[in-house]
Amino acid sequence: MTGMLEVGLAHYLTVAAILFTLGIFGIFVNRKNVIIILMSIELMLLAVNINLVAFSTQLGDLVGQVFALFVLTVAAAEAAIGLAIIVVYFRNRGSIEVEDINVMKG
Amino acid sequence: MIIANLAFYLFASVTVAAAVMVICARNPVHSVLFLVLAFFNSAGLFVLMGAEFLAMILIVVYVGAVAVLFLFVVMMLDINFVALREGFLQYLPTGGLIGLILLAELVLVIGGWSIEAEIAVPASAPIPAPAELSNTEALGGVLYTRYAYLFQAAGVILLIAMVGSIVLTHRVRPGVRKQRISRQISRTREEAVELKKVSPGEGA
Repeated sequence: MTGMLEVGLAHYLTVAAILFTLGIFGIFVNRKNVIIILMSIELMLLAVNINLVAFSTQLGDLVGQVFALFVLTVAAAEAAIGLAIIVVYFRNRGSIEVEDINVMKG
Repeated sequence: MIIANLAFYLFASVTVAAAVMVICARNPVHSVLFLVLAFFNSAGLFVLMGAEFLAMILIVVYVGAVAVLFLFVVMMLDINFVALREGFLQYLPTGGLIGLILLAELVLVIGGWSIEAEIAVPASAPIPAPAELSNTEALGGVLYTRYAYLFQAAGVILLIAMVGSIVLTHRVRPGVRKQRISRQISRTREEAVELKKVSPGEGA
């Protein structure tokens, strides 16, 4: 179990890169469903957190984990506000399709 | 060491598979449940990296609060989710192309990246050995001293988010009978009691 199979920083970065790509892919593919788009954003933030923690471990520096904590806080706040907006929008328009959200287009 | 490596591959593969299912699941409730699975397994990855506190926070905050919030909203809104999935195949080529390009770029960046020994700066907050100080204590020692203001700011952000979502979703519905205490105790005897003169044998 040496060489490629030995788990190091690059492995964690690869997992984070795949997760981030899946998040962006999800936003592109589920263009109509706002809830899935929000979940994709959560996946991307998770990938960022994995990156921060991986570098924190690799460099022996605790600050990366502190930053991951703040990213987590902002992600939670963002999810709460986003879901509240979805609920209000559904109450007013009866739909959450992204293509219907064009009142402010002018 | 072998067990740790195997655990990494297990957690990593389940996380990625769950992330794929979050995007591709037909039912959004299943999407949320796969999101929970992805968060659980990345918490496992955090434990493997030695960040136990963040792993537990990930489970408590994400699985316990955010994912349940998602589940609540998905179940509360009466949405035809089949109609929302139209166009999945239409957007698949573009999305797949952009995803592949991005992944290739990220892999190229990771593959050609290394820390030069000369420019490696000493850690500003070195991680202490787990035997002398646990991860949680070490994190608290940094968070409550050097990042105290940022910590307060994070609290303010959460407060603003809470106030904002209450303001957004709160509505005043007409016709709801509510107890208004100020109205109750400001009533005077004149408006509350009325005396009627009833003559006997006739009724009110």
